[in-house]
Amino acid sequence: MLPRNWSVRIGGAALLALILVAIAAPWLGTVDPTLFDAASRDLRPGEVGSITTLEGETLPHRFLMGSDSYGRDIYSRVLYGTRVSLIVGLACAVVALFCGVLLGLIAGYVRAADGLVMRVMDGVMAIPAILIAIAVVALWRASLATVIMAIAIPEIPRVTRLVRSLVLTIREEPYVEAAVALGTSAPNIMFGHILPNTIAPLLVQGTYICAFAILLEAILSFLGVGLPPDIPTWGNIMAEGRVQFVAYPHNVFFPGVFLAVTVLAVNMLGDGLRDTLDPKLAVDEHA
Amino acid sequence: MSTLEVSGLTVRLPPGADRAEAVSGVSFGVERGELLCLVGESGSGKTVIAHAVMGLLPKALALTAGSMRLEGEELTQIGAARRRRLRGSRMAMIFQEPMTALNPVMTCGAQIDEVLRYHTRMAQGERRARVGALLGEVALATELAEAYPHQLSGGQRQRVGIAIALALEPALLIADEPTTALDATTQAQILRLIVELQRRHGMAVLFVTHDFGVVAEIAHRIAVLREGRLVEVGAKHEVLTRPQHEYTRMLIRSVPTLVPRARPVDARAPVVLATRGLSKTYVERGWLRVRREVQAASDVTLEVRKGQTLGIVGESGSGKTTLARCIARLIEPTGGEVRLGGVDLARMKRRELRSLRRRVQVVFQDPYRSLNPRRSVGQAIIEGPLNYGVPRTEALKRARRLMELVGLDPAALGRYPHQFSGGQRQRICIARALALEPELLVADEPVSALDVSVQAQVLALLEDIRTRLELAMLFITHDLRVAAQICDQIAVMQNGRVVEHGPTAQVFAQPRHPYTQALLAAAPGRNYAFATA
Repeated sequence: MLPRNWSVRIGGAALLALILVAIAAPWLGTVDPTLFDAASRDLRPGEVGSITTLEGETLPHRFLMGSDSYGRDIYSRVLYGTRVSLIVGLACAVVALFCGVLLGLIAGYVRAADGLVMRVMDGVMAIPAILIAIAVVALWRASLATVIMAIAIPEIPRVTRLVRSLVLTIREEPYVEAAVALGTSAPNIMFGHILPNTIAPLLVQGTYICAFAILLEAILSFLGVGLPPDIPTWGNIMAEGRVQFVAYPHNVFFPGVFLAVTVLAVNMLGDGLRDTLDPKLAVDEHA
Repeated sequence: MSTLEVSGLTVRLPPGADRAEAVSGVSFGVERGELLCLVGESGSGKTVIAHAVMGLLPKALALTAGSMRLEGEELTQIGAARRRRLRGSRMAMIFQEPMTALNPVMTCGAQIDEVLRYHTRMAQGERRARVGALLGEVALATELAEAYPHQLSGGQRQRVGIAIALALEPALLIADEPTTALDATTQAQILRLIVELQRRHGMAVLFVTHDFGVVAEIAHRIAVLREGRLVEVGAKHEVLTRPQHEYTRMLIRSVPTLVPRARPVDARAPVVLATRGLSKTYVERGWLRVRREVQAASDVTLEVRKGQTLGIVGESGSGKTTLARCIARLIEPTGGEVRLGGVDLARMKRRELRSLRRRVQVVFQDPYRSLNPRRSVGQAIIEGPLNYGVPRTEALKRARRLMELVGLDPAALGRYPHQFSGGQRQRICIARALALEPELLVADEPVSALDVSVQAQVLALLEDIRTRLELAMLFITHDLRVAAQICDQIAVMQNGRVVEHGPTAQVFAQPRHPYTQALLAAAPGRNYAFATA
């Protein structure tokens, strides 16, 4: 089944291509992204130089996107960076959605918990996301897991609010009342009746979180508070290229293009999904 | 020359719809001073015709053939500017939902004035006088010009809508189900007003409705639509008493009569449900607001016996749904008793209540929203039995039997609600309620959202089930015709109180309370003997 919406098609296809690139990175003419060679520093895109393996062997190598000031291959680093970005984006979306759905369901369905949960969420929302992220990374040191948590935590309140408002409308639907009359228990109503009807808006929200997380990860790396600099991420590559930007723009340009395309693809997918899954548009089926 | 002459009107539906054309080759005329009722069930294309004449068709619907002449002027040929001039001045429309048809941030007076401002060169003083006169004409006080729509009642809002339509004395008035959203007594007043205004101004009126009671009340001529085709046009008396087309006959046969059906009632049957002094008060509290109490139901004392139906009749806001929800314990009553087979449910805690829930089941009003769209019909029906520990295979077996009982194919258990029509969905809801083998079935307006022919079938099904399973049934409705057909006893509610209570035949023949009398007098088409064969 091919989706009819063009935003979904284009965004989905671009994202699929990026995922394939991330998986197939070792077979796309790349070398180990951490390898460097002092003789091949600051090469321009397309120039041929050499690369030294860990065993000390020196091999000739064409630098498709040039090399950085350590003589590392930008092409390999950008391709491997795709892995980090996509993992961070997806993991942040999953973590934020999971926590947000749980809190939102409780806040929306259990009257007594509503006030407490939502005030805590308001508190989290009052702090800028990037500040929380920096604080989390500072507390637990930079690693993939902490960066994911750092980016996901500020997103949780937004998901919670969305889910809570959905639950508040859905819980008034006659089919929920019917379930109450049938003696269905509260957890079964929450997870069996209410949750499945929130999936569509959540999916859309998930794509936005994913796009934002990819961007924020790059920003954190660029600021030097993200993943350690030896891990090739787009933000790290750009941070290192920043100093020489005027002389060697390719250091910033290529990861920048990948970042922009990825975020655009995810957002397009999200917009398209929103249009296809919009309950207001879906109502026409019944009319 | 007819005021409106429609011939061969054809409107195409977008691809993928259930049929190719919304309206196919429809021809009719409305004369000056005539009221033509366009009758049809939902999806018959009646509203599409009204919108086509006004030039308000949505973009997805394309007018493909036919002509529409308003006072001799061909409407299909004119440009947007000319059409805009005609709208309001030569033809005007009243809508179904008066709250959404009026702009909530403009005063009513300003909305009437707007029409005058755009279409005439009247000076401000003149316009103000005209607004006052128009309000007078629809029997509203002149001061209401300063009121906002939300400050008015539904009937008053519809009067404002009529005043807007009348502002420029149009030759043609199109009314699209203008009384469907109103209570019976308000509906009667609005219908009277429309008839009176038509007589005074000699307008042609195209009145779109699904309700044969309303038709009998006001029509001069009737046009019956079915799936976009005109099946019968004729004078009111002809069509209502000697319908020619089989479809018309079926529709008219489905209109329930106001004559209660006599049914032997066993006065010694055991009492299933008894309420005593049942009350529900809603309290609105805020930090800085004054505490406000609303008595949704007060001091209701009722009895329903095994195998019998008690009807709760009342207009919107009378507390009948609150009462039903208290009895089914979907909400907690604030006072009184709800005795089910001797046990009082009113004060019971959630946990104790659970084992008793199965004995009271509910069928809701809106068949489109009372089934979870993401669960198959089978899952919906077996949910109750599974909750009470019935093994899955056993529950499915029961579900298949129930599908047969409600007249649906058991093979359809795997399908989802959107694949069924409204009437079929209501049958599924009934099956779901019966799956727990309840003693009391609470039916909250179960046929109000259905077309008249489907309504008749669902009523017959409920009647059949009640007799066969010897159920006690609490039937909530605003429709006296429906109540007359299905209820053994009737309780009339007004402002949260039961004002009259007795056997159906007695309440209909000798209503004692003035409110009951008003309700009966307001039932549209009450004096009309419809064709029965």
